[in-house]
Amino acid sequence: MNHPDHPELAEAFNKDFERTTWHDETLWFVRQKRDKAVYPIPEFQDLRTLASEIKDHTLSNLDNYLIEFEQNAIKNGVKVHWAADAVEHNQIVMEIIKNSCKVEGRNPRLVKSKSMLTEECHLNDFLEKNNIDVVDTDLGERIVQFRNEPPSHIVLPAIHLKKEDVGETFYEHLGTAKGEKDPQILTEAARQHLRGKFVAADVALTGVNFAIAETGSFVVCTNEGNADLGVNLAKVHIACMGIEKIIPDLHHLSVYTRLLARSATGQPVTTYTSHFTKPVEGKEMHIVIVDNGRTQQLGRADFRASLKCIRCGACMNTCPVYRRSGGHSYDFTVPGPIGAILSPNIDLHKHKSLPFASTLCGSCSDVCPVKIDIHVQLYKWRQIVGKANELPAAKKWGMKGMAKVLSMPKVYDLSGKLARGALRILPHGLTHNQSMNPWAKARELPDAPKQSFKEWYEENRQ
Amino acid sequence: MKVALFIPCYVDQFYPNVGVATLQLLEKLGVDVVFPIKQTCCGQPMANGGCEQDSKGVYEHFVATFSEFDYIVTPSGSCTYHIKKHYDIIEQTPAVQKVRKSIYELVDFIENVLKIEEIPNSFPHKVGLHLSCHGQRGLRQANASEITGVRDGQISKLLRKLKGIELSELNRNDECCGFGGMFCVTEEAVSARMGQDRIADHLCNGTKVLTGGDVSCLMHLEGIVKRQNAPIKVMHIAEILNGNQP
Repeated sequence: MNHPDHPELAEAFNKDFERTTWHDETLWFVRQKRDKAVYPIPEFQDLRTLASEIKDHTLSNLDNYLIEFEQNAIKNGVKVHWAADAVEHNQIVMEIIKNSCKVEGRNPRLVKSKSMLTEECHLNDFLEKNNIDVVDTDLGERIVQFRNEPPSHIVLPAIHLKKEDVGETFYEHLGTAKGEKDPQILTEAARQHLRGKFVAADVALTGVNFAIAETGSFVVCTNEGNADLGVNLAKVHIACMGIEKIIPDLHHLSVYTRLLARSATGQPVTTYTSHFTKPVEGKEMHIVIVDNGRTQQLGRADFRASLKCIRCGACMNTCPVYRRSGGHSYDFTVPGPIGAILSPNIDLHKHKSLPFASTLCGSCSDVCPVKIDIHVQLYKWRQIVGKANELPAAKKWGMKGMAKVLSMPKVYDLSGKLARGALRILPHGLTHNQSMNPWAKARELPDAPKQSFKEWYEENRQ
Repeated sequence: MKVALFIPCYVDQFYPNVGVATLQLLEKLGVDVVFPIKQTCCGQPMANGGCEQDSKGVYEHFVATFSEFDYIVTPSGSCTYHIKKHYDIIEQTPAVQKVRKSIYELVDFIENVLKIEEIPNSFPHKVGLHLSCHGQRGLRQANASEITGVRDGQISKLLRKLKGIELSELNRNDECCGFGGMFCVTEEAVSARMGQDRIADHLCNGTKVLTGGDVSCLMHLEGIVKRQNAPIKVMHIAEILNGNQP
């Protein structure tokens, strides 16, 4: 099956010049907020190193920490479930909901706070097909849920939309006035709408930012307080986490809470950093621990560091390609640079263009709060795509030909001379033909000089 | 001190003047420099395209051409970075290790090997410096805005000391230009847009001469300048330091 690749989707995105400008500037503003929050902290680079090393240690001892976490969570009265993949995860969540909510005459009602893992598992679709009502309660998530779109950013799910777009969506779904675009009025409409959903919910589902092995507790970070509202009102709390969310103890948590919000949005800390340890009497708490390809990535020496990711989204905000192609152009749950190194692990064929959706500028690696060598991994995935025979044939054979020429000096000299000669003789309309030469769509070719440097050197210095 | 000049393939073919300026500059600085005539390319274009295995022959040719020298100097941070970083897939013979250690980007060589901190030339123009990513973040030749708010680096240090020069303060000091090797054609739309945005930043901050350490970035940016008929002259840093005028 042929999927539209990143270049096609990015080209479509760029057709709207003004909107691309707006998207780029909006995310660059977030990057600048991050800089303002980071520069005044003298130990920020040391914190990054520490965070990276804690994750290195944890990933190397993941089996032990996961078991320690499970044992402590069970002692706290939490029910722990293990899911090997998305199918198992979705099945487990559905069964918890159906078992704990047996009301006649209506569907069980689930409220969710943001969880990229459940996006990855396509949980919403699955639950809705199984007659469970699902409401995303993060404002951005609710907007894209209304629109039947995936999030375009992991921290700012509706960042691809302008307030006018949100106004249109709320006019259709929440009955706000046609053409209303005042952010305060729109947000108030969403608040009133969501209050009703919170009060009526049977089950609340949250993600997990950090799971602490030593205590068996977990931490959920939000700015809207929607996780807390959902969890405290519903009878059942389900928390879904990937296996890489584990950290050893609470001291380590303090490193990450200092890094996460500063890197994500430039805040010193998220508005809500909520610790969950045990269920309130008479209520249930479940944790679903999910692999879904993570152990496979852990087994890839060159790529295991990608599992250190704390999902701050800073690599998206800083990426000059992401800012000018939009999250949907990646066609993967996690877009941007980090998505481009996670996605080939899941489906190399489908996502083969993503490691190439980068100039390898390295800004992502320098901004990453846990020092993932993202641009190095992009380069390495490119080699795997090449070896797996997933490159377009013209490129593959072109590269082989070029490599041959460049390993034979005389052939190189002659080819260069001929090419420059041709460029000088051929009419501009032909050398700059836009269907044959993508370079020429927006750029002039350099002038082809009569003499190469080598020819000049032979004439003037030897 | 045996010093070799490496002129990257696209500079050799399309920007011989940058090669000439680099050679003349090194000669003026008292370096006895030779240009090994059998050189071609560092192999980066294929490797970045996902075909590093195909590049092995080019790597071996490069090592054979340059391993007898104490220093290899090149007007390209990108090729330098590639040789240092990615020549790890061929057998690490003493020759390979030596080449990876002795390759230097031109300005790095001037400041850190020759220990020259000032070139007594005059360049009375408003200059915009494009920081090429491989030199800046790859070789750490300049501070990165992700890490510090202090804007400083090897090229700007030398530029600032030229008489009469004024440097543009850019809105985005170190955003990538969008060249990216094969990226410039495989992701044409994003690549072109990134370049256009860089040029717009330079134009609104008064750049009259645009310079940088990598001809590849400059070739892409010059392509946009020419298409837009923008009032900017593009020169490589070697040309400016050599005393060439726009």
